[in-house]
Amino acid sequence: MSSKIAKYPGTEVELDDLRSGRFLSSDYETLLRYSWTSGVAVSRFLDGLKSGEIWGKKCGKCGRVLVPPRAYCEEDFVPTDEWVRVRDTGTVNTFSISYVNNDASRRKEPIVVSVVDIDGASPGMGILHLLGEVEPKRVEVGMKVEAAWKPKGKRRGAITDIRYFRPRG
Amino acid sequence: MKRVAVVGAGMTKFRRRMLETGREMSFQASRMALDSANMEIKDVESVVLGTAPDAFDGVHMKGEYLMDGAGGTNRPYSRVYVGGGTGVFAPVAGWWHVASGMFDTCLVVGEEKMSPLRPHPQYAFWSIFDHTLERPLGVTLLWIFSLEMRRYMAVHKVKEEDIALVSVKNKGNALDHPCAQLPARITVDDVMKSEPICLPVKRLDVSPTSDGAAALMLVSEDVVRKYTDDPVWIDGVGWNVDTQYWTNRDLYYPRYVEAAARMAYKMAKIDNPRKQIDFAEVYDPFDYKELHHMEGVLLAGKGEAPKLTREGVTQRDGDLPINPSGGLLGVGNPIAAAGTMKVCELFWQLRGEAGKRQVKKEVNRGLAQAWGDLLQVGTVITMRR
Repeated sequence: MSSKIAKYPGTEVELDDLRSGRFLSSDYETLLRYSWTSGVAVSRFLDGLKSGEIWGKKCGKCGRVLVPPRAYCEEDFVPTDEWVRVRDTGTVNTFSISYVNNDASRRKEPIVVSVVDIDGASPGMGILHLLGEVEPKRVEVGMKVEAAWKPKGKRRGAITDIRYFRPRG
Repeated sequence: MKRVAVVGAGMTKFRRRMLETGREMSFQASRMALDSANMEIKDVESVVLGTAPDAFDGVHMKGEYLMDGAGGTNRPYSRVYVGGGTGVFAPVAGWWHVASGMFDTCLVVGEEKMSPLRPHPQYAFWSIFDHTLERPLGVTLLWIFSLEMRRYMAVHKVKEEDIALVSVKNKGNALDHPCAQLPARITVDDVMKSEPICLPVKRLDVSPTSDGAAALMLVSEDVVRKYTDDPVWIDGVGWNVDTQYWTNRDLYYPRYVEAAARMAYKMAKIDNPRKQIDFAEVYDPFDYKELHHMEGVLLAGKGEAPKLTREGVTQRDGDLPINPSGGLLGVGNPIAAAGTMKVCELFWQLRGEAGKRQVKKEVNRGLAQAWGDLLQVGTVITMRR
């Protein structure tokens, strides 16, 4: 705002003003359906999850083991060529205790979400996942964790084949 | 390269829900910017509009939808978009329109109408995450902020109470902003006791969702004297986008913001930002982000911003005022409009027109910075008398 301007435009209304018809509005709902291909690199990664394994891809130039794997190294901008099996354990890089769903509605019970740096990949190669079998207030940055896999028959080649990561016993 | 001046600025009120459509808000802000520059639409040679995801409005081709209200009709017009960084990126794009010599004038508009999406605008952010590896986990935008805040706190041993001071300051500063949505006198205790959202993020750590628009008029050095004797010059611009693999980066420090700032500083011949920048409007959608970004733009050392805040350095009457406008936490966060509002604030502060918000010390140069995408873009502009 400038001291030279006395009045600023804009008319605030409440959602109830629209619902009651005090101000006119129109509503619309849409459903869009998508089928995403998993891509060359991530398809192999998902296959690994089905077998209870985590796989990364190594860049021949910088030597980084990349997780999630990609078909190219974004820094050297060359194709990655070697698959490397990494471990299904890691370290909590950071975490959050979430009381909300993705539409901003409240959850009954909070869940713990985390970036887990995967052992055997290059330092700082983390993935987003949930933490389980732990009291939220006991979680710490630096905590050692391991994947809690779904039973073999229930895995379908998805990130949710890992139910969550839990503290290493 | 032509030197580029800002000669006018305008904005609407920022509110949770406006009766005005996005086009109407764009018109209101644009008209105010033209009027304050003593210009008419015939004087506008090019137009750049910034607005964030189409999903808020449910209107695809949102740039085209908004165009008539932003003065773009039958002109060289474009929409730019880098997520939350858009509001400062639009003036950067306006700058290159004029600096290149292609145009003598460029109208820059930042617009956002978040309110149409139900039940909550937050839901639109669902689709920014990886469809195969992240969305199945139920990810929300709030998760990534809280993950970043926790990492910042863990690496530098920062206390939540120190972060809360930013919210107290900015909401307080906004009491003097006539467009502000959430001005308030609050205490650190209020922040600490507010509803948990994604801990460590609590209700009062977060800016609101908003409708609003802001606009700027840019002109070249060749024509500036036609419009004003009191121009404010854009002397540095920078932008940088880091990898989309956000879980592979150390979130404690925004290296892409530093890269954007260094690009602007090189252009503006700034080698000691702490001495050569008098005040700053850094991006504050969450309170910790102000600290994160003060460090990213090199106005504080790594981990030093909480200390400067605690010591009062960043207050409006301090040695390095940060977000004297009230920022996104106080004025509101209509995404692209919020970033552009920060550049408007530089203009008003540097012209000494900020009224009750005028920072105490004499100011000759200011910095505005925005941030966004998937924790990955920094956009920076520096301006001087």
